[in-house]
Amino acid sequence: MQFLISLHINPAVLDALTDEEKAAIGDGHGRFLQGLKQSGELISTQALVDPSQAAVVTVRGGQPVVTDGPFLEAKEHLGGFYLIDCEDKNRAIELASRIPDAAIEGLGVEVRQVMFADGHLVEA
Amino acid sequence: MTAPDVENLLRELTPRVLGALVRRHGQFEDCEDALQEAILAATVQWPAEGVPDNPRGWLTTVASRRVIDQVRSDRARRERESANTTQAMQAEPAEVPDTDDTLLLLFLCSHPALTAASQTALTLRAVGGLTTAEIARAFLVPEATMAARISRAKQRIKAAGSTFTLPDGPALEERLRVVLHVLYLIFNEGYSASSGSELHRADLAHEAIRLTRLVHAQLPEDSEVTGLLALMLLTHARRTARTTAAGDLVPLDEQDRGRWDRALIDEGTGLVKASLAGPALGPYQLQAAIAATHADAATAEETNWRQVHALYLILERIAPNPMVTLNRAIALAETKGPRAGLALLSTLDSDERMAGHHRLLSVRAHLLEKTGDTTGAYEHYRRAAKSTASIAEQRYLESRASRVRP
Repeated sequence: MQFLISLHINPAVLDALTDEEKAAIGDGHGRFLQGLKQSGELISTQALVDPSQAAVVTVRGGQPVVTDGPFLEAKEHLGGFYLIDCEDKNRAIELASRIPDAAIEGLGVEVRQVMFADGHLVEA
Repeated sequence: MTAPDVENLLRELTPRVLGALVRRHGQFEDCEDALQEAILAATVQWPAEGVPDNPRGWLTTVASRRVIDQVRSDRARRERESANTTQAMQAEPAEVPDTDDTLLLLFLCSHPALTAASQTALTLRAVGGLTTAEIARAFLVPEATMAARISRAKQRIKAAGSTFTLPDGPALEERLRVVLHVLYLIFNEGYSASSGSELHRADLAHEAIRLTRLVHAQLPEDSEVTGLLALMLLTHARRTARTTAAGDLVPLDEQDRGRWDRALIDEGTGLVKASLAGPALGPYQLQAAIAATHADAATAEETNWRQVHALYLILERIAPNPMVTLNRAIALAETKGPRAGLALLSTLDSDERMAGHHRLLSVRAHLLEKTGDTTGAYEHYRRAAKSTASIAEQRYLESRASRVRP
């Protein structure tokens, strides 16, 4: 079964972390990624640029209009994701709980099953 | 011989050659790698230069040489610093023992130290002779993901210190159940195709049937092996009637039965009958018997629901499971009316495993529709549509919902 583990970040929360805490998050993700690769459960992972760089595209009367993002007026934004293939939802949850973000107040880790997939799977 | 013929031949030979290699050298991991390399060489050479007179012997010899080379270089590396001289390597035996080790390999691939996902992947490669790329495509994951999974599985087996022998007594029985479950999972993966690559996934169903036939050939007396093979054949017989050209699901009662594969049904039904005469009754046999009862009806109206219900009742007794109860509720509704079915469904409400399950919601919607409660049916179809992870099923449930929209 394939699941998307999405990481919802809050730039204010990240900014308030100490350098050691930031480094620990980076190391934690590195270890997590390594483990997923070895177990054969990683499909792909991507991290996104800061939400302040987002462009919101709308088409009105056939004319595209581009405004500064992000689209959602929220404190948290999609920061990146892990796309995994694992045994079942319990395993996906177990994996998600190892992501360092899950232990930090104000950062969100969400698990959702993939329903449809198409396109070439990019080789790491 | 054309390239596809060579491919089929290689896949048939894979478990037999691998079995002989493991028997001779031990070290499943090294033997499996060596055989993959030998197969690669054969895929290139045979279509161009012709198939050797003894293809099995050719593969065994080439792979054996690679195993020995590997062992030799490992040993050389270990002994580089030591003064010991290398022991004479075992000479290549010219004889290929004529034992069929398919069953032993299946047991090894269904090792309890592995997850089900690893068991299925390893079985397809070591026994099915599929390449890592083919397995990856079938499971819709990148090749690197599948390669890591297979390599991890082989390491686990090595670490568990598994011996290449059949367990005996109750342990054999227990491991055989795991082997059958793995084959069932492979079949299901192919059967429940829900997106993009239906073609590849249908191949998995085909492969599962081929492997189950191999087990059946070795254990013709085991009624659950027979039952599983029959269940697969009877299910596979309906594959083309199961979806429309546009990929929409067609429920059993609306399928064009003329499109069911009669040859597969006849074979499956014959196997079920033979297995039911045996001493023990198992879950695969019962599910096959239910599938055979459906196959027996020329039209949906002629279905012997009383018999279907009776079979589910026995199944519920020997292998209690909320999904079985759910299916029995459908049969009960056909014999005693939708309200009786709904009453049985309500016994599942407290079952944690079924909470919010789309099947429970959709069956309840279906039975509510039959009682004339369109409001309730609409609501349950909608909830079921939200709960499923299959696009085809979601489309089907949405169309049902709009049909009863109050």
